Amino acid sequence: MLHWLLDPWSDPINLRALVEVVALGATGGALGCWIVFYRLAYSAESLAHALLPGLVVASLAGAPLVVGGAAGLVVAALAVAVAGRTPAIGHDTAVAVVVTGLLGLGALLALSPDTPARLQELLFGDVLGVGTGDLVLAGALTAVVLGALALLHPSLLVVGFDRASAAALGRSALAVDVALGVLVALAILVAVQGLGNLLVVAVLVAPAAAARRVTRRLASMMAVAVAIAVACGAIGLYASFYLDTASGASIAGALVLAYAAANMLPAARA
Amino acid sequence: MPDRGAVSRAEPDPAGAPGALSPRVSPSSDVAVACEGVSLAYGARTVLRDVTFAVRRGERAAVLGPNGGGKTTLFRALTGELEPVAGRVIAPGRCGVVPQTERSRLDFPVSALDVALMGAVSRLPWWRRPGRADRAAAHAALERVGLDAMADETFGDLSGGQRQRVLLARALVQDARVLLLDEPFSGLDTRSTDLVMGLLDDLAAEGRTLLIATHDVDQARAWDLVLCLNGAQVAFGPPGETLTLPTLERTYGGAIVELPGGGGHGVLPPHHHDH
Repeated sequence: MLHWLLDPWSDPINLRALVEVVALGATGGALGCWIVFYRLAYSAESLAHALLPGLVVASLAGAPLVVGGAAGLVVAALAVAVAGRTPAIGHDTAVAVVVTGLLGLGALLALSPDTPARLQELLFGDVLGVGTGDLVLAGALTAVVLGALALLHPSLLVVGFDRASAAALGRSALAVDVALGVLVALAILVAVQGLGNLLVVAVLVAPAAAARRVTRRLASMMAVAVAIAVACGAIGLYASFYLDTASGASIAGALVLAYAAANMLPAARA
Repeated sequence: MPDRGAVSRAEPDPAGAPGALSPRVSPSSDVAVACEGVSLAYGARTVLRDVTFAVRRGERAAVLGPNGGGKTTLFRALTGELEPVAGRVIAPGRCGVVPQTERSRLDFPVSALDVALMGAVSRLPWWRRPGRADRAAAHAALERVGLDAMADETFGDLSGGQRQRVLLARALVQDARVLLLDEPFSGLDTRSTDLVMGLLDDLAAEGRTLLIATHDVDQARAWDLVLCLNGAQVAFGPPGETLTLPTLERTYGGAIVELPGGGGHGVLPPHHHDH
């Protein structure tokens, strides 16, 4: 049994992947709690999908994916802001139109005959292919996001609980929204390297949604969400190793199963 | 470009503007919160005009008006969230807000103590968490509203009256000298109403100033002052001067009638009055 558990990690490739999913799990689990409470799951998913053209262009140009992803995020945010100003369509519709357009553009670029065959990596990630630079980036992201969440905790709580009274309590709802949006964008930017454009939202939403079902307080919810995210990351890698399945999809599948299992348990009173 | 108004967070100096406030306020009075010719707008749409009043320390003022009459908008200006497009708001530091409980997130996994503790956040820089002294203050505030035994209960599980008292405890932890209460008796049973009413009396007795948005005309008679709003200031002064039938009709845009059996006053829609 012990051999069965330890065998995958004797390979440096799998070990690096494990470190990556632990870092992404800690980030996604903790940040995901605020994404769930601020009802940002749709925005997070939209941002993740809309940065595909940036990733594809970076891939074509041989530039670091993180640079292309950042540029893609900026373009997506601007496009949503402009489309959202059209009075005839609502904000949700504007986001849907922009995201569909950008995702389609990204696929078009990636599927052109001259494009290197990396579309699958961009869409579904390649957690087994992470290098030392990716790990450093994921570690830095984890430190930044968890540090920022710790500092912002009272403000996030005040604005999230009672937005209308935030100003009276000395907190700017706009500033807190912007700070949370930046953290979500950062998390997507880095996590997309490992989990891909389509699966990254799983680690940002599913662990927190599952933890919400079984906990009554925010602190315990965050701890359980991180534990679920990390455990599902490891389970996904085991599945990939022993069943020869795609690693990113296996991790996402484990996260969704964890959410389904949590929904079968009696809900915590809260 | 309209002439932008101002929000003064310094202690008011009534001597500097004699006669600019309500006529009932003398230059030597101890004004806690005041507006001078304040107009408020959302974008290009002005929603409240020409508000001028002053409330002294320890006074309780009812803010009467129909839905959409400007009560909540005025409170947003008093907290500094909304800047006046004309006139001047004078408020000492931050006003404490006690909103209607259903406007908070009842699905948030926070305890009564967590909510009371949020009051301490206003006194801390954004990166600091409340400490041990703040927790002690939160427990003391919950005890004062009769809920310390329920400190660990989930906020959303409490009754409407209990939630209202927890939000009041939050304002006490904030130690605000001016409290803005948005329909604090809405949906409360008689016992909870009496409890909250007693608490408000105590808070006024210790020198805090209370502005209470309400629809209850008869309850407003118990307060020191009444401010009537309906898109603009209709009246301000003691209940005996302001709670007249013509003023109330102008405030609510309908006829005020005496309910049978001593049941207080009711408001008829405008078309009843017109015909």
